[in-house]
This record gives sequence, structure tokens and C-alpha cells, in this order.
Amino acid sequence: MVESTIHATQAVVTLDVPIQGIVWGSIITVNMWAKSIGTGVVFLASFLWFRHSKEDMPNLKWTMPVIAFLALNVFLLFTLIDLHQPYRMVNIFLHPHWTSSITVGAWLASIFLGLVSVLMFIAVGEKFPGVPFKGCLLTKFGRNNAGLYEKIMPFLVFLAIPVTTYTAIIMAQASARELWQAPTEVMQMMWAALLAGSAALIFVSSSWTKEARKDLSLVLALSTFFSFGMYMSEYFFSFKSAEAEAILAYVHAGGSYNIEFWIGMVLGFIIPFFIAVGNMKSDNKTLLNFAALLALVGLFLVKDVWLKIPQMLPLS
Amino acid sequence: MKLGFLVDLNLCMGCKGCEIACKVENEVPLSTWRLRVKYIDLGIFPDTSRSFTPLRCNHCESAPCERICPVSALHYLENGIVNIDSARCIGCAGCMMACPYGAIYMDPETNTADKCTYCAHRIESGMMPACVVACPVEANIFGDLEDDHSNISLYIMEHRGAVQVRKPEKHTSPTHFYVGGGNQTLNPLAHQRIEGYNLFNNITHLDHVGDKNHGILDRFLAPFVGHDALDNKSLIESATSEDSHEQEGGH
Ligand code: SF4
Ligand code: SF4
Ligand code: SF4
Repeated sequence: MVESTIHATQAVVTLDVPIQGIVWGSIITVNMWAKSIGTGVVFLASFLWFRHSKEDMPNLKWTMPVIAFLALNVFLLFTLIDLHQPYRMVNIFLHPHWTSSITVGAWLASIFLGLVSVLMFIAVGEKFPGVPFKGCLLTKFGRNNAGLYEKIMPFLVFLAIPVTTYTAIIMAQASARELWQAPTEVMQMMWAALLAGSAALIFVSSSWTKEARKDLSLVLALSTFFSFGMYMSEYFFSFKSAEAEAILAYVHAGGSYNIEFWIGMVLGFIIPFFIAVGNMKSDNKTLLNFAALLALVGLFLVKDVWLKIPQMLPLS
Repeated sequence: MKLGFLVDLNLCMGCKGCEIACKVENEVPLSTWRLRVKYIDLGIFPDTSRSFTPLRCNHCESAPCERICPVSALHYLENGIVNIDSARCIGCAGCMMACPYGAIYMDPETNTADKCTYCAHRIESGMMPACVVACPVEANIFGDLEDDHSNISLYIMEHRGAVQVRKPEKHTSPTHFYVGGGNQTLNPLAHQRIEGYNLFNNITHLDHVGDKNHGILDRFLAPFVGHDALDNKSLIESATSEDSHEQEGGH
């Protein structure tokens, strides 16, 4: 009988409203996931250009901004559709409240997307003169200002850091959810960006030199390793607060979130790590593409679980 | 002026008068609440008791909801009230993630965030909050915390040492106090929610945070094509439809 199993210090709720459930759902997961790709490719491109000559990665100049542009638009689209009043998004620009990381992030991400778009117009304009159509003013502008690419790039890399990490600050500002803590979330976002950036570039790296691809494998291996390590230490050793412990105890007890979490860990971090390490010795493009795909799928699953589980806890 | 609330849990008898008064005064839609009275049972049979805790927004002096709101829809009034301007709210739900007390809801009719405002509209015209007026045992005490002679200040002085706030570890500095509470009444982690031990079981909630009738596409189209007006009937239907129980917010 439950009466005799309830600890004397515990109370049983006998009349209350239902728990609200998940408010930030998978739409926000897509938002974070796509942003990781969008900023990650910028980090990776600058790293690769630092280490190798441009000829080693012949298509990087235009693939990087195109991937970033697409990913950032997915990110912004999902930000927008998550709003209950999407047209009022403009209020963030008309009535910004600067203590909010949402505001700061929206402004930075918009500037970031603007710069990425300029890079894309320049690179696509150069590479594919007839795209999207002959006489396109934007690509014409790009062709006429090709020198801007190199000038913008350092700012873009610098800006990519806060654009990657501001979501971690939003989560820290979401102080009702104790599982999301600023220092760990910031590092997790950085590793996620490197993981997603390397994975995304792997798909376009078949024409690159072996050495350049080896560097992609190296970043993928490092980012999967450290992401895994951080999640494990959070998952098993989050003694930070009673709430974080309570929510993790709930997940440890089993259920769909537990399964999703471990599938994400294995698919996203463990398998890609070993493939990437192996690939640094023997260059196997197919296997590396497979690892990149797994890493992106696994990253999504893990982020999804991490986003949702703290919302299962009753707050009052 | 710094307005504050104090609830004497020794006096509260769980009649839910304040809850209903709040619903009526502020036209709080079904499936949402600004103030609720939570019942918990304590002890082991036959030595048991039932305890009642009215829960509303704490109008924190250091409010995480106000901090995270990207458009200042949540803002402070001069009298310390954390007010909300639903005409400006973009419905990002950041405040729902930030409030450690779960005091904010997404209004299913306006698709914007809302919460207890300490009845700011009534205060403005010199009236007491609706829930204070409705309480038959005067368990809800409301007034100016900066005035040493206000009822609430005198009450706090009289019970000093026994005045508590919810989740002090969150450093939100609530202006809402409790007398006669304890860990079991104020800490949600000290509660078990066991299906079958509620006065009413199978309590359901809308399967959508905000208006179920505003799907994602509707949110974009509504300004141009409008949408069916919501009424309690449609809310009840959505809340009791077969697959609505225990689902994700799905927004
Ligand atoms: S209780 Fe919640 S909603 Fe009310 S002021 Fe504090 S943080 Fe904001
Ligand atoms: S839902 Fe509205 S009130 Fe809440 S943080 Fe977003 S804009 Fe502000
Ligand atoms: S002060 Fe007004 S809005 Fe707040 S709980 Fe009481 S009746 Fe509701």
C-alpha cells in the first residue's frame, strides 16, 4: 500500500493543476542543431585555411558560406515558427531588451547571417556567374567586391563565437531549469558547433587533399570525444542542485528519453569517434561520410533529450 | 512603494475562493491559472493531515522572467509589480522557461504569455486584488512592504523568524511571503504525484501550449484570414479529446 511506503517527510499531492509539459520542444532542437552547423562550418573553414593552402580545399570558398547560409535560414525559420506571435518578432528589433540573451542573440545572429550572405554572393558570383540568373544584382555586387571576402572572414569567425554560445546563455537565463548551467552549456555548444561543422564539411570534402580531410577527421574525433565526456559527467555526476538530480534520476529510471539519450550517445559520439580516429590513418571517404551523418543525427537526438527533460519537473 | 503579498497557511482552509475570484476578475481561460490552491496530504494513516497552499506569481524583485523577456513585455511598475504587456509579447515562452515557480502560462485565446499581475488594474483604482477580497478568512494579506504600518509589514514583524518564501536558493527575492509553511508545502520536490491519489483523477491539459486552434500555420495566417473564436466548449473538447492527455506542448 502506498500509504506505508511514502516517506514521512514526503507529501502526496491530492489536488493540483496538471504539469504543463514540454514548452520548448523539437522546434527549438532544430533551431540549436542548425545553428551549430551554421557557425561550425565557419570555425572549420578558418581552421583549414590556416593549416592548408586554398588549393587543398578547392570548393571550400563557396561551400562554406552556402552551407552556413542554408543552416542559418533553417535556424531563423524555426526560431520564427516557434513564436506564438511570429509577426511580432520585429519587436525584438523595435523594442530590444538588452538584458535578455534572446535579444542579444537575435541581433548577433542577424548580423552574422548578413555577413555570411555577403560571402555567399561573392563566392557564388565568382564560381557560378550565371547563378541564380544572369544579371543578378547580388552576385554582381559580390563579383565586384571580391576582396571583401578576406576582410569579412576574421570578423565572421569572431562573431561566430557569441552566435554559437548565446543559446547557452538563454538556457542559463532560463533559471527554472537547473540542468542547464552556463559553463557546461557554453562548452557543449562550442563542441557541438565543431562537431556539426566538421560533419557538414565532410560531405563536400571528396575533392580535398588527404591531409585536409585528415584534419576534418581530427576535429570530428576531438569534438565527439569531448562532447561525450561532458554529457557523461553531467549525466552521472550532476550534483549541482536537487532539481538537476531529480530530473536525472527520472531519466536514469528508464523510459523513452533514456533510450533516445543513449542512442544519441552511441550514434552521435561513440561510433563517429572511432570511425574518425580510424580515418586519420586510412582515408576512407565513404566511411567518413557515414560517420558525419551519424554524428549529425546523434547530436540532434542528444540535444533534443537535454532540452526536454528539465521541463518534466513540476516547478510548484 | 513596494507591494507584497503574504499568505497565512494556518488560516487557509482550501476553499479556492481566491482561485475562482481571480479567474473571474481576470477572465483566465480554461486550462490556465494565475492563482491556484494546491492540496497536499501529509503523514501516514491514521495520523494524516491535508494542507493548502495558494500559489501565484511572487513578483520577484530580481525577476528572471523580466530579465529574459526579449521585448520588455514583462516589466516592473513603480510599485514593484511585475506587469505584462500582452500586446508586445512575441510568445517566445522564454519567461515560462525562466520563472522558477511556473507562474506564467501561454494564454490560449491571445497566444501570448500571461500571469498574476497583483491585479494591477484594480490597484490603480484603489481597490484590493480580487483574490484578497474573496478570501473568507483573510489569509491573503496584501499591502505596501515599505510602509512600516501596513497590515503586511505588521504581520511580517509579528511573525518574524517564521516568514518564508518559495525557493529562496533561486535568489529571486520574492515579494510574496508565507507564514505557517514548511518544506512540504513550499518545495515541489518534497511532493509525490501518485495517479489514483488525487481528489480528481485523470486530470488532463490542453495538448498545446497556447491555443490548440492556432497551429503553426494559423499563427501566420490569422492576421489575414482570422480564425474561429475560441470558447470554453472548444477548449473542453480539445482537452478531453482522446490523445490529448500527457502530450508534449507540441508548439
Ligand atoms: S514568480 Fe515567476 S513570473 Fe513572477 S516575477 Fe518571479 S519569476 Fe517572474
Ligand atoms: S513569451 Fe512574451 S512575455 Fe514571455 S519572454 Fe517571450 S515575449 Fe516576453
Ligand atoms: S492578485 Fe489578482 S491576478 Fe494575482 S492571483 Fe490575486 S486575483 Fe489573481
